[in-house]
Amino acid sequence: MVPFDLVSPRNLRDVAESLADGRGEILAGGTDLLDRLKERIDPPARVVNIKSLKELYGITEDSGLSLGPLTTMTEVAGNDRVRHQYPALAEAALSVATPQLRNMATLGGNLCQRPRCWYFRSNDYPCLKKGGSVCYAVTGRNKYHAIFGGGPSYIVHPSDTAPALIALGAQLEIHGATGKRMLPLHDFFQGPRENLLHENRLQRDELITRVQLPPAKESTRSTFLKFREKQSLDFAISSVAVALDMDGDTVRDGRIVLGGVAPVPWSVPAAVQQLQGRRLGSAIDDAAEAAVEGARPLDENGFKVTLTRNLLRRALQQLAQGKADAR
Amino acid sequence: MASWKPYDEMKVMGQRQPRLDGPEKVTGRARYTYDQRPPGMLYGVLLTSPHAAARVVAIDADRARALPGVRAVLTDIHPTGNVRFAGEYVAAVAAVNKQVALDAVALIEVNWQTRAHVVTLWEAIDEDAPRVFADKDNVTESERGDGDVDAGFSQAETIVEAEFFTQVQTHSPLETHGSVAAWDGDELTVWDSTQAVHGVREGLAKALEMPANKVRVICHHMGGGFGAKLGPGAYSVIAAKLARQAGAPVQLMLSRKDQHLSVGNRPDSWQQLKLGATKDGQFTAFECTTWGSGGIGGRGGVSQPYVYSFPAWKQQHHDVATNTGGARAFRAPGRPQACFAMEQIIDEMAWKLGLDPLDVRLRNDGNETRHEQWRIGAERIDWPRWRRREPGAGAGPIKRGVGMGASIWFTGGRGTKAQMDILSDGTVEVRCGTQDLGTGTRTLVAAVAAEELGLPIAAINARIGDSDFPYSGGSGGSTTAPSVAPAIKNTAEKAKAELAIVVARHLGVAADTLSFVDGTVRVASGQTLSWREACAMLGANAVSVQGEWQEGLSGSNVAGCQFAEVEVDTETGRISVIKVVAVADCGLIVDRLTTESQVNGAVIQGISYALLEERIMDSETGRMVNADFENYKVLGALETPEIDVILYDQPERGVIGIGEPPTIPTSAAVANAVYHAIGVRLRDLPMTPDKVLRALEGA
Repeated sequence: MVPFDLVSPRNLRDVAESLADGRGEILAGGTDLLDRLKERIDPPARVVNIKSLKELYGITEDSGLSLGPLTTMTEVAGNDRVRHQYPALAEAALSVATPQLRNMATLGGNLCQRPRCWYFRSNDYPCLKKGGSVCYAVTGRNKYHAIFGGGPSYIVHPSDTAPALIALGAQLEIHGATGKRMLPLHDFFQGPRENLLHENRLQRDELITRVQLPPAKESTRSTFLKFREKQSLDFAISSVAVALDMDGDTVRDGRIVLGGVAPVPWSVPAAVQQLQGRRLGSAIDDAAEAAVEGARPLDENGFKVTLTRNLLRRALQQLAQGKADAR
Repeated sequence: MASWKPYDEMKVMGQRQPRLDGPEKVTGRARYTYDQRPPGMLYGVLLTSPHAAARVVAIDADRARALPGVRAVLTDIHPTGNVRFAGEYVAAVAAVNKQVALDAVALIEVNWQTRAHVVTLWEAIDEDAPRVFADKDNVTESERGDGDVDAGFSQAETIVEAEFFTQVQTHSPLETHGSVAAWDGDELTVWDSTQAVHGVREGLAKALEMPANKVRVICHHMGGGFGAKLGPGAYSVIAAKLARQAGAPVQLMLSRKDQHLSVGNRPDSWQQLKLGATKDGQFTAFECTTWGSGGIGGRGGVSQPYVYSFPAWKQQHHDVATNTGGARAFRAPGRPQACFAMEQIIDEMAWKLGLDPLDVRLRNDGNETRHEQWRIGAERIDWPRWRRREPGAGAGPIKRGVGMGASIWFTGGRGTKAQMDILSDGTVEVRCGTQDLGTGTRTLVAAVAAEELGLPIAAINARIGDSDFPYSGGSGGSTTAPSVAPAIKNTAEKAKAELAIVVARHLGVAADTLSFVDGTVRVASGQTLSWREACAMLGANAVSVQGEWQEGLSGSNVAGCQFAEVEVDTETGRISVIKVVAVADCGLIVDRLTTESQVNGAVIQGISYALLEERIMDSETGRMVNADFENYKVLGALETPEIDVILYDQPERGVIGIGEPPTIPTSAAVANAVYHAIGVRLRDLPMTPDKVLRALEGA
């Protein structure tokens, strides 16, 4: 570990100040940060511990649902409102890592975690994401890398809750030195062509202070499916989050977002278009095909195209069958 | 020749004895090498090569030495300065804590002169590939065989040819390799996570050029080895040297990355097989061309032809050197690779001939014990029902199937010595320089002693894992139980005889009229003493004897077979193992519970090999990209199926070892089950979802 200063700000203004020079990293659950500190990946000069900020905790009900970024994955997955009104989010949170990690890992951290690419995570490789000149995955081992939106870097965004939250229409409340702003979660992430070093659009002095879900509608059905090679503990090879606004059996509108397949949570409006105005049960194959159109796999990850298509088909089938756990 | 008492008269052996050190382990009181903290202990860390092939031109460690808290730095630990794989040790530091040691290692500057490397078998066999060793080819060829293969194939009515691939698997014990070294003058004590306390003592003495009688190696508990901890490690020598330079004890435990890279693995294989048979399934000939790479260590052997009888066979093998860490013995070396390929080509032959795969095996299996085991296993998995299902015939996207595989292993006993003290307060201590690599050896030692003395197992203090105790060999080759159990029995027999003499003299009876039963000493005339009363007669003259391994108490040749039921999700490519029936040959069972536990563990490791584990190398940089537990995926609780362990005991054969054989056929049984489920054969380990989906698309 490279030595760093540990600071524990008492309010949001102090947080912004601690982060302002761009050399600070936020410490929430620490489950991602600690690994990077140990491997000396982009070592920060300052670790900003936000755990004493009470306003960042908890789930409160307003017209929709407001989740503090320090809410743990265990709390998100176990919350009754989340489970009943936003099942895709509960399923996503429950699919993260292991019980021990879910007890520590936070919602804000899950959205802001860095990629798992083995070249990025090892100090042996001065890769693009670390300011180097090569994405080793292009000609190297790329079984787990991006099939959409890749280039010049081919990382995938590892978050499970992000696709679910985007599908559910979540917004972020973000605080910085100049005050707060709201941002749709969909616009929060940015690909490598926009910015190689940062996977999201937080300014250097900003942090997420709230994750806001819109009011749940009786007519919405949502679900999340994640495929892991190893069931006991693994990041997504591919995941699908689906939230559909239904009129009986017919799809009015919705969002479908893929995880683990692109440098950002990958929205597939073309798939939704296939569903709109049609009976869900009759449009599933068309939507699944549309979702993977334009995929550009690398040498070793072509299977992710087939897998993602089949996974989406399965998620839509479950929604069409109206399974109790996937309203 | 020595013999065991009748099985049905045994009170302790053959029963279900909970592991004696279980409570210590599950409460965290058991102290592993990692937990040793001799006063003043420093922490050692290794600097390893990031290059797969390079020469060390110079090492500048001045900044590391100057870092506060650093107590020792070694820059001469590489024997030649010529590095042949990424992960080789080139320098080491000892410091007051781990953090300082890691910081110091980061400050060491190495001037490297890199050379061209080759890290995969496929690239290394190319004529133009860089040479791993300057003075020899990357490929060493050998040929074995028996009978007239051409004649055999000319008699065949059907010939099947097929190609198989298996991956490199690293041992991945939960406790990484490592040592704690402490000097007291010119005497050295080393706590080592090892499968061989005596072997490490000898190896360390040699490496440090010191007398073996000044070295003591201790391993009370260890977190797994699977063959990778059979010899003295370079890290042990380095720990001792750091400790000597620092004048303080040093702990040097390998990181997970070090473990994956530098302390052994199961070599990969590429196997081209050809099998001939008559139309009723009688094998006429077998021929194979095989390749295997044990990195810089050789030992890339593939043990063909595995298990079955062939009137003629031939193997042409190519041992391939690559710039990767050397192979080490790994739970039945060479066998799982061979079994995976052989059992599948036999399956292919059977389905092609329209014969029952089990019948074809029975027809060509010369092992009588296994014939009975095949029958038992088939019944337990309900093979008669499954055999009627055509491969790939199930409806829906999720399909099930059943497959099978067989194993053989040549365990056996060898020289082990032990001591026993019976003290006048009735307590018993038995000491043996074996070690428990997690198999339950401590419990075995106590059970055998208790059985012989007619005492409950709790009455025995079984002390093992210390090179100060009488000699026993390394725990490898499934030899521990057949080596140790006879020695303990012989020692306890002698101790009992000495006690009997004293008691008989006190009572004025003949010693051979005494029997030791249920914690008592009975005299033929009818008198009964408690064990304690009898021992009190020893007064100041405790019994203290030494015994050793005897012929007649142990056996070898361990047959087994397994059936696996799997479920394959044809939309995601996931293979889930639902159930494994493991019929395991186990001779005279010392402890039923730990025996079952070993079969469970072997099957679990076999499934992990079949479905998940794989060393992934990056050709360009010459490094392993998944030297961790995130992407080197070891099976977890959710991948563990129901395991039906059937102990096929034959007490008349004496004690045999069980550690290795049950891991051999698991991957083969799973692969055959996958074919039965989806009608497409997976020929490449591990059978991950990408390969399943590709195979289905190609079908």
